[in-house]
Amino acid sequence: MSRMPLVDYLVLDDEPHLVAAECTACGARYFDRRSACAHCGGVEFGSADVPTEGVLTTFTIVQFAAAGVEVPFVAGVVDCGGTSVRGNVVNTPPDPEHVTLGMRVRLTTVPVGTDSAGIEAVGYGFEPV
Amino acid sequence: MAENVWILGIDMTRFGRHKDKDTLDLGSEAALGALRDAGVGIGDIGVLAAGNLIGGNGFGQLLQKQIGQTGIPVYNVANACATGATALRVVVMAIKSGEVDTGLAVGVEKLSGAGLLTGNARKEEGGHWVRDGRYGAVAPLDGRVGTEIMPGVFAQIGMEYGYKYGGVDFELFARISEKNHAHSTLNPKAAYQKRFTLDEIMNDVMIAYPNTRPMCSANCDGAAAAVLVSETKLRTLSLEQQRRAVKISASVLTSDPWTEGCQVLPDINTLTRRAATTAYEQAGIGPADLDLVELHDCFATAELVHYDNLGLCEPGGAADFFRSGATWRDGSTPVNVSGGLQSKGHPVSATGIANVWEVATHLRGEAGPRQIEGARVGLAHVIGLGSACGVHVLERAAA
Ligand SMILES: [Zn+2]
Repeated sequence: MSRMPLVDYLVLDDEPHLVAAECTACGARYFDRRSACAHCGGVEFGSADVPTEGVLTTFTIVQFAAAGVEVPFVAGVVDCGGTSVRGNVVNTPPDPEHVTLGMRVRLTTVPVGTDSAGIEAVGYGFEPV
Repeated sequence: MAENVWILGIDMTRFGRHKDKDTLDLGSEAALGALRDAGVGIGDIGVLAAGNLIGGNGFGQLLQKQIGQTGIPVYNVANACATGATALRVVVMAIKSGEVDTGLAVGVEKLSGAGLLTGNARKEEGGHWVRDGRYGAVAPLDGRVGTEIMPGVFAQIGMEYGYKYGGVDFELFARISEKNHAHSTLNPKAAYQKRFTLDEIMNDVMIAYPNTRPMCSANCDGAAAAVLVSETKLRTLSLEQQRRAVKISASVLTSDPWTEGCQVLPDINTLTRRAATTAYEQAGIGPADLDLVELHDCFATAELVHYDNLGLCEPGGAADFFRSGATWRDGSTPVNVSGGLQSKGHPVSATGIANVWEVATHLRGEAGPRQIEGARVGLAHVIGLGSACGVHVLERAAA
């Protein structure tokens, strides 16, 4: 296989999706490697598929960023069926006419680049439904 | 019952570019100013809490080597933009514990020309993908999965308020910035004292929509310091010292409790609400009693949400509250009459003491042309992302 995900919580199968670590005690969801649950202190986690469609609950259009970061881009948070997800809004012009609060979006994959071994890294973003 | 704690002396340097002064010059200037204002010497100080994020380790001890090595305990504190408030809080706790009756809190930063303080410059790519960090990321995430720059993070915090309650747009945020820049024209300690029209603000360089450049806090140099005493100690001092002393009726520091999504976008609301509620209880007052508020307007988008978080308006009513004119200096709850971080400037570790200086100066009736007449009670608020929130409620000494 010559593709790998940008982050561990992105699953690249026929239907790419995100997977969260879910606290078995309280249901809190996380995307990073966990030591314990920040909500209840539980230490057991299951894995939960996150819905691929959701609502854009906030965004910003970044015009000025650190060296090497391409601008402009839209950064936002998507409520995917009750799980908040950080991601960029892609495949639409980065302006407030095309990106609006409450718009419906769905997960899509975004190429990141190819390393010297020919392996392609693939990230994710959200595009308008 | 623990001792009441009072501000005996407080000072801040002018904020701005101090080309010929280093961190220690600025810290010494503020500390010596606060001692002079208090009418005490370094030998009277029982504890020092010192904050400086950029300059390296051991700032407190380096400061002592300039202003007095008396052997007292030093606490070097760091809490992002709440570092100054944390230094104050440490001294308050030391005095309330009864271990000391007098202490000094100092915060200083040299930030002129620092540019964006977060966001990772991308390294040259190539080689092999290697999973790194707690997300197993094979490449930097800033710009690929959201943004890490502060103007963008706080833009989202303001826009999220708009999603929840409506009635929020670019122009509203720009008008908040217009207010603070207008206020700054009366503050000779502000880094920028320039009034901007609404058009100028909206048409300036966009950093992260909806925050244009004048809607972002100004990186600059500055220091602030305060001498605190116990009430018992204060009663042994001169009548003039007692008259100018300012009571700390509440001193609260919180961190962010877990909520859904708080590790995706920082939630600066929960911890501010918790700090404000606790502070009002401690002080035995409500938001309607406040004659002025200095709150953490690191970006115009942040000021809006804190009207609500501090209970200055009805829940969800921050936009209408601002549009009513309430937070202008002639309104019912003047907010950031100093010019706020957008124009006064934001030398990170100094900020949480400088906003206490602003409120205290009004309560003493010493604010000159920008004096809020008859100010009796005020509140100072800061947020350090990560997060830490400091709230101090101050009261004028009874005449
Ligand atoms: Zn849990």
